[in-house]
Amino acid sequence: MIKFFLMVNKQGQTRLSRYYEHVEIHKRTMLEAEVIKNCLSRSKEQCSFIEYKDFKLVYRQYAALFIVVGINETENEMAVYELIHNFVEVLDRYFSRVIMFNLDRVHIILDEMVLNGCIVETNKNRILAPLFVLDKMAES
Amino acid sequence: MSDVVERTLSALPGLLGQHDPGAGPGGGPGRVSATSRLGGLIRSITALSSKHEEEKLIQQEQTNLKATVSAPTTTLRLMKECMVRLIYCEMLGYESSFGYIHAIKLAQQGNLLEKRVGYLAVSLFLHENHELLLLLVNTVVKDLQSTNLVEVCMALTVVSQIFPREMIPAVLPLIEDKLQHSKEIIRRKAVQALYKFYLIAPNQVQHIHDKFRKALCDRDVGVMAASLHIYLQMIKKNASGYKDLTESFVTILKQVVGGKLPIDFNYHSVPAPWLQIQLLRILGLLGKDDPRTSELMYDVLDESLRRAEINHNITYAILFECVQTIYTICPKSDLLEKAAKCIGKFVLSPKINLKYLGLKALTYVIQQDPNLALQHQMTIIECLDHPDPIIKRETLELLYRITNGQNVTVIIQKMLDYLRQSKEEYTIINLTGKIAELAEKYAPDNEWFIQTMNAVFSVGGDVMHPDIPNNFLRLLAEGFDDEKEDEQLRLYAVQSYLSLLEEEDTFYPQKFLQVMSWVLGEYSYLVNDGDPEVIITKLYRLLKQTFVTSETKAWIMSAITKISSRMPCSKTVDKLMQEFSTSLDTCMRQYAFELKHLCENKELMKNLLPLDASCDEIMVDASLSFLDGFVAEGLSCGAAPYKPHHQRQEEKLSQEKALNFEPYGLSFTSSMSSSGFTGRQSPAGLSLGSDVSGNSAEIGQKETNCLKLDSVRKLWGKEGYLPKKETKTGKEDKTQPVPQDSILMGHVVDLPLTQSEQQVVSLSEEDKEKQQLASTLFVGLGSNNTISLMGKADTTPQKFKKKSKISETQNSKETSSFQNIATLPFSPLPDTAPNNKENFQGNEHLGLRKVSLSSSEVLEASVSFDTSQSLTEAVLDEKLSNCRLSASSLFADSNIEVFQPSQSVPDIVANKAPLSLCLPGELADHPHSEIVELCSSDILTMYSCKVWTDDRLLLILFIANKSISPLKTVTLVFESAEHFKIFESLSCHFPVIEAQSMESCQKCVQLEKICTEGILSGSISYHLDTDTHLEFSLTFSLSDFIRPMKITTEDFGKLWLSFSNDVKQNLKMSPSQGSLSVVLNALKEKLKLHIVEIIGNEGIVACQLLPSVPCLLHCRTHARTLALWFRSSCSALPDSLLYQCQKVMEES
Repeated sequence: MIKFFLMVNKQGQTRLSRYYEHVEIHKRTMLEAEVIKNCLSRSKEQCSFIEYKDFKLVYRQYAALFIVVGINETENEMAVYELIHNFVEVLDRYFSRVIMFNLDRVHIILDEMVLNGCIVETNKNRILAPLFVLDKMAES
Repeated sequence: MSDVVERTLSALPGLLGQHDPGAGPGGGPGRVSATSRLGGLIRSITALSSKHEEEKLIQQEQTNLKATVSAPTTTLRLMKECMVRLIYCEMLGYESSFGYIHAIKLAQQGNLLEKRVGYLAVSLFLHENHELLLLLVNTVVKDLQSTNLVEVCMALTVVSQIFPREMIPAVLPLIEDKLQHSKEIIRRKAVQALYKFYLIAPNQVQHIHDKFRKALCDRDVGVMAASLHIYLQMIKKNASGYKDLTESFVTILKQVVGGKLPIDFNYHSVPAPWLQIQLLRILGLLGKDDPRTSELMYDVLDESLRRAEINHNITYAILFECVQTIYTICPKSDLLEKAAKCIGKFVLSPKINLKYLGLKALTYVIQQDPNLALQHQMTIIECLDHPDPIIKRETLELLYRITNGQNVTVIIQKMLDYLRQSKEEYTIINLTGKIAELAEKYAPDNEWFIQTMNAVFSVGGDVMHPDIPNNFLRLLAEGFDDEKEDEQLRLYAVQSYLSLLEEEDTFYPQKFLQVMSWVLGEYSYLVNDGDPEVIITKLYRLLKQTFVTSETKAWIMSAITKISSRMPCSKTVDKLMQEFSTSLDTCMRQYAFELKHLCENKELMKNLLPLDASCDEIMVDASLSFLDGFVAEGLSCGAAPYKPHHQRQEEKLSQEKALNFEPYGLSFTSSMSSSGFTGRQSPAGLSLGSDVSGNSAEIGQKETNCLKLDSVRKLWGKEGYLPKKETKTGKEDKTQPVPQDSILMGHVVDLPLTQSEQQVVSLSEEDKEKQQLASTLFVGLGSNNTISLMGKADTTPQKFKKKSKISETQNSKETSSFQNIATLPFSPLPDTAPNNKENFQGNEHLGLRKVSLSSSEVLEASVSFDTSQSLTEAVLDEKLSNCRLSASSLFADSNIEVFQPSQSVPDIVANKAPLSLCLPGELADHPHSEIVELCSSDILTMYSCKVWTDDRLLLILFIANKSISPLKTVTLVFESAEHFKIFESLSCHFPVIEAQSMESCQKCVQLEKICTEGILSGSISYHLDTDTHLEFSLTFSLSDFIRPMKITTEDFGKLWLSFSNDVKQNLKMSPSQGSLSVVLNALKEKLKLHIVEIIGNEGIVACQLLPSVPCLLHCRTHARTLALWFRSSCSALPDSLLYQCQKVMEES
């Protein structure tokens, strides 16, 4: 089960956050700060999975951006590690330029992939289909 | 609130018509400027350097946004753009609740992308129980019926993210229809929505299980994959119900692995990897402990292993899942071999992520196959010193699972090393729990044990689990079978603490100081040459330290009091009394005065504080009879007689005229707290480990182990341990004051090198060290041991075996008295009343006997005992006896002594003394279940009976000793269950059950968390030559906790209006269920409901969930359907009750 999905930059600023279990707002910022501190403290040679409180963090770094996923013990760390990459590949296919100003669309993409903490779709065409339709209709 | 919304919403359509999109007076934001607004916000925030500036900027932004969203002229396009900025603000941690209602409006009014963003904002802003969520329902219903597929998709997505549970019936039929839709995406999303419903209200989707099967067989992969999420959940709950689907899952996996899916399901040329993983998980659950089902999947597992050959992370993920499945289902040797090879490849990999995965897999499989640890021992040693702490941590987890009596010292040393470097609170809690558990279980000698626990207390400090110090003190207090050993251990503890306190200005955690003071108070007399004055001086010095909290001071004061009761007079004590009797701290002043008074009467003080009596039973007069005089006096002065809580509740209900909004929540909590002390926490809380669930019985044992020490078997022990222990005890006889270093200072313990499995061939120094470590770590694991694991029970010596005379109930009392010591400084109290001795006298009947002294309700069980009959049946016919049992419970009436018709009693085991079962008098008057057998061995049989009294559910347990010799140390322990709570404690203890006799005990069970059915399991252990352990489980259904609520129609009406949680459902009536009254009477019979009134085809019914959560039901029949409408103050109750009603309807 995935507990949360975060995109945070090296300065510790959150770029996207989606929680699959309710967490109060002020607790979120505290959690995010600690999570990114944990990730930044690790070198490239170290393992991409971190034990954190009673759950685990799986993270991947893309340039200055960290994508961090919080999971519980039933989840397969490596599968989540690759899910992050799949997500990035989808973003790459959809956006030609800066994605951070398109917060809504990134959320829409993520909602197609993960629901209620479960991985529900990984086929890139199917993930993007609803968004492409929306864009097309908005243009016409 | 809803008024405001309605007004705003109704104002909107008119306003919308006046403006062209994008041409509002607010500046006409076009698409480009909209994005750049968020961009601008993000950029300016990124540029800021301090949190304070950020706060200011966001506040400014929020003020602007607030003005914009509430301005009637704002266009939907601008609104959408504002929503995105609001999402951004909330993401940074600034609550923007003023925008929530506008998010809902946007979802309702918007077009396409605007609508989608509206839904998105709702799903991000609101939580499951948010009141505004109800306003979304209409929009969702409308969109589900839309002809525009994009809108249907959006609605389905939002439903599967967040939806109010009580409104499910409103959309359920619409979503069910969508399962037949021609577009795959609609069908897929409909299944996802049903998955959500299954998660939040499983009872409401019960009738569509057939449709799930259809989804599983859907021609589209996506729809099938979506249904797997539901199946995973359902199979997790009840694997046996879905065994018939195994072949389908196997076929699907075969097709996926075989590359039969469309190419766009591939990820880096691996076909649908996440789907494979999901299927493998399901297969693992289905094949567990089921050889026949496992058989079906061997082929496909083999193929999965074979196909996953490409070197890519995602194939490793699949392989990892494969390995787990192979080790979860019934084993097949060649698959195990392949899986083991796979693990080997992982562990040896230079890729760090893969190594981690390998260690995790190894940890999982190692309990089934300890040889694997031997194979990889050198790698494990390397990982122990790995620069990455995460790898180290995982390795320790692995070692935790292979710990035995021989390697415990090394492993704990490694754990303590890690612990000292760790700052993270969670890690400390987790590791100290594990160390304490292992130390208690495998400690080789007293010094080591005390030193290790000292280290745990110093490092774990005040964050560790409170059970650790409690268990430790209990262990010391109760002692073990050997009196001499006990004394040595206590003496050693005292000496070690004295030398710790020698050092001035050293800081110790409060919990550690409390442990020290308790031990010094109880056992410092064991130090022969020690002067109590010296000890008191040390404690006195502690009292004056500023870092000592007032709770700890209370512990110290009680220690001083205990010690001073054993010495004539003391200057320090005098000084202390002098000093603290003027203290500003009122508690300290109180203690000082108490001490002063006690010191004046040494005789009383000695009586009050007897030597080494912390484990003695304290008689509690639960009936408070000593207050009888006071009560009589009060009554004679005209005071109202006492009424029990529920009675007051009912009277209040029937008298009250005004609407009563809050009584039930309050009464629930108050009745919880009024029930006195609830015993200690579950011991399982201590072992925080075992997060990988395996199917071996050992795990279960490990979890409960810290309590039931006597039933612990060592996992992979090796012979050669016993003699070692013998020599050690000899040595311990001359224990001297001990050096502090060994563990506290982190010295490496020098270990005797036992026979190593490895041959040490000329190696470098470093390698040699590693080899040595390996031989000490992996000692006791090996092929010869696995044989003994399977075969005879491995009875390795258990160092800290619990002494037989102490009962579990006492334990809980003991522990709680440790905690209460702060308020009750002079414990233990003297044992004022003599224990009830059993008096068996030949042919006579047994009268009343009091069991469970600690409980507030004194159980009166009558045991009829008849030796005059001697039937010669040698074997016990269980069935026959069961019949007799229920018969005997029928015979029981208010008469306390029950005479069993002698010829009807079957003989048990031997040829005399038949046992009979019956409920004690007053309980037999209440409705109760039949007495059924729970578990049985040659020696002992346990029966249970549920008694449904008006205000509680009582569980009566009978334990019959069928043998001809007395049973010792019979201990009954319930596992703590998620849904239930047991009063007074989870356990029950009988020091002895005489031959051919019966004991009983009574527990009150309360429903903690609403469920339709739940299982409470536990075990009973007893001692007769050897220790034996029997497991049992009991099923409770919601109806056990339901009682009629007798109210009038008028009250019903009032209550009905005050409840907000309701559930409606239509049920089909079978022809046999002729009229409403027939149906209602069936429900009344089965579920103990109270029929308030029936008028024509309408009826109202009331009941309550114990202790006092009311639920009302309105029913109406119409053309062979029964419309049920539940209302309650508790949201989960109507759902579950509906389910119970459905069941009753189906059965009748």
